[in-house]
Amino acid sequence: MDSTTQAVAAIPRLVADELEAPPLTLRQLTWRRFRRHKMALFGVVMLVMLFVYAFGGALFVSEAEANYTQTAARLRAPSAAHPFGTDTVGRDILKRTIYGGQISLLIGLIAMLVELVAGILIGAVAGYYGGKPDSLLMRFTEAAFVIPQIFLLIVMAKFFGGKIPNLTVFGRSFSGSVVVVILIIGLTSWMYLARIVRAEFISLKEREFILAARATGTPALQIIFGHILPNCMAPIIVSATLAVAAAILAESYISFLGLGVQAPTATWGNMLQAASSDFSKIQNAPWFWAFPGLFIVLTVLSINFVGDGLRDALDPRSRAV
Amino acid sequence: MGRYIARRLLQAIPLLFIISIGLFVLMQNLGDPLATMGGRMPTRSADRERLKRQLGLDKPVLVQYLYWLIGNNWTETDLDGDGIAETPGTRKGVLRGDFGISLVNRKPVLQVIGERLPATLLLMGAYEIVVIVGALVVGIYSAVRQYSALDHAVTGISFVLYSMPIFFIGLLSIYVFAVSFQRWGLPSLPPNGMFDPQVGKTPSQVALHMILPVLSLALISLAGYSRYIRSTMLEVLHQDYIRTAKSKGLERRYILLVHALKNAALPIVTIVGLDLPTLLGGAIVTERIFAWPGMGRLFLDHVERVDVAVVMAILMLVSVAVIVFQLLTDIAYAWLDPRIRYD
Repeated sequence: MDSTTQAVAAIPRLVADELEAPPLTLRQLTWRRFRRHKMALFGVVMLVMLFVYAFGGALFVSEAEANYTQTAARLRAPSAAHPFGTDTVGRDILKRTIYGGQISLLIGLIAMLVELVAGILIGAVAGYYGGKPDSLLMRFTEAAFVIPQIFLLIVMAKFFGGKIPNLTVFGRSFSGSVVVVILIIGLTSWMYLARIVRAEFISLKEREFILAARATGTPALQIIFGHILPNCMAPIIVSATLAVAAAILAESYISFLGLGVQAPTATWGNMLQAASSDFSKIQNAPWFWAFPGLFIVLTVLSINFVGDGLRDALDPRSRAV
Repeated sequence: MGRYIARRLLQAIPLLFIISIGLFVLMQNLGDPLATMGGRMPTRSADRERLKRQLGLDKPVLVQYLYWLIGNNWTETDLDGDGIAETPGTRKGVLRGDFGISLVNRKPVLQVIGERLPATLLLMGAYEIVVIVGALVVGIYSAVRQYSALDHAVTGISFVLYSMPIFFIGLLSIYVFAVSFQRWGLPSLPPNGMFDPQVGKTPSQVALHMILPVLSLALISLAGYSRYIRSTMLEVLHQDYIRTAKSKGLERRYILLVHALKNAALPIVTIVGLDLPTLLGGAIVTERIFAWPGMGRLFLDHVERVDVAVVMAILMLVSVAVIVFQLLTDIAYAWLDPRIRYD
């Protein structure tokens, strides 16, 4: 007896949770898959650096310095006093890229939020209710989709132009055109997201857990926002990330044409505006358009990298870790 | 299929009406077209009233829309601006093919557009050819040589090009190919206009002037499409039937071009079909930078002057083109893939 109990006691007991690692949550899995993308990580680092440059740089440079015109010093090449050179009225380009960056990035983020709200609302209502509201909203979405964004942007910019006065937020004065630009970019980009959300809702609406929620009497609003919406976050997140890049690009196009954010508020787009019509600026002063342009490229590139990484990381069909 | 096409075309009509009404309402608040009509001095208020009545701008929005749509030769307009309508109108309205008269230069709108359209079509055609050929070559090569150094390089460059705003590439190409080449004594490419006024509008001049704008436009789309083609081709190349074809002993190029490409062609057709009509309105920013006399600059100029007739005409043209091309793309889809059926 003794030897058997000793023998039994000698067998090592394998306890289940000492042997296996605890199961990973979805968030951890996603983060691991994201980490594998070197380019996506590079994009995140780049974006953090750009944000620090734009918002942290404001600690070293005041806005008055960024808008300080000194026509005697216009179009100077990069030098020690002006590391990025000066523009057509003598403003220092480095300081202007800092403040321009703040506005450009803010416009990108807030326009994305406007687009997100509009797209999700319209897509959710159309997808969940179906029938008449669906076909009505989809007609409306198609109508808005048919005209290319740049045309709508130009027409709406002139429509709202000059109607919104300058705002003062946090003690700084912004041209009213910033609000206009955010609104029109948001109002012309939601269609794609609405379609995606609607498709997801149509497919998720028939699942059993939704049937169960309806059977227990859950109100429709709670089903939409509490049950279905959290399950289609993956394409929404990817779409929203890429939407920020698209919004920054759209803002730069419309400001380049002179119809976007008006001076003296700087954005990366409107710093290039004088180059749109004057060939001599391009010829003799490449720093004038190269630096703001470079910032735009870096920002959009990083966001595209991150969006690409997110798309792969959030893909439900991917089994790899 | 015929019923599907008929249904789509019928559905397009209320769509176009909604679009035209929405745009027309937007047009009303763009600014004052009369502001610049006084010549070098601001328009006097008496003249302003008279012009308003003569041009029919004092009527309510819906009436103006009605006149735009079906003309006013069935009613009387006020030709001398005294407030009493006495002359029968002369416009036949959009539905009968009359897009009105431009407020800027008094020419019929269709003539104004017709002057600029060929330049845009030229740019558009060249751009599309460059993009399709380039994207196919780059995409297929990247897919076949996946994970090679060239593939990584191409992917990296594609990402960068894809993230560039068009004006950046345009300005960069002007600076490199026009300005710097000139400075270094190399033969340079001309950066603006459609032809050199001293040489005249010869085909070679136009072709030379077209290189930079087409290149700038095409590089961005090329980057995007080649990645898409690459991923589609990769998906297709891993299918079982490709393996069967290889094991049958078919030549690699045959497999690639006949079996794989046909299946990869579907999304390409979709993208090209959706990309083409937007260019009909002109590549606005590109035409601005390169001073190319196309529809984009026409649009900008006339929006500045609030010339409702021309702006509406361009926008409706683009809308019709988009709807038609969407339908054509769907039909091409059904033709290329027999599994797709519309009912």
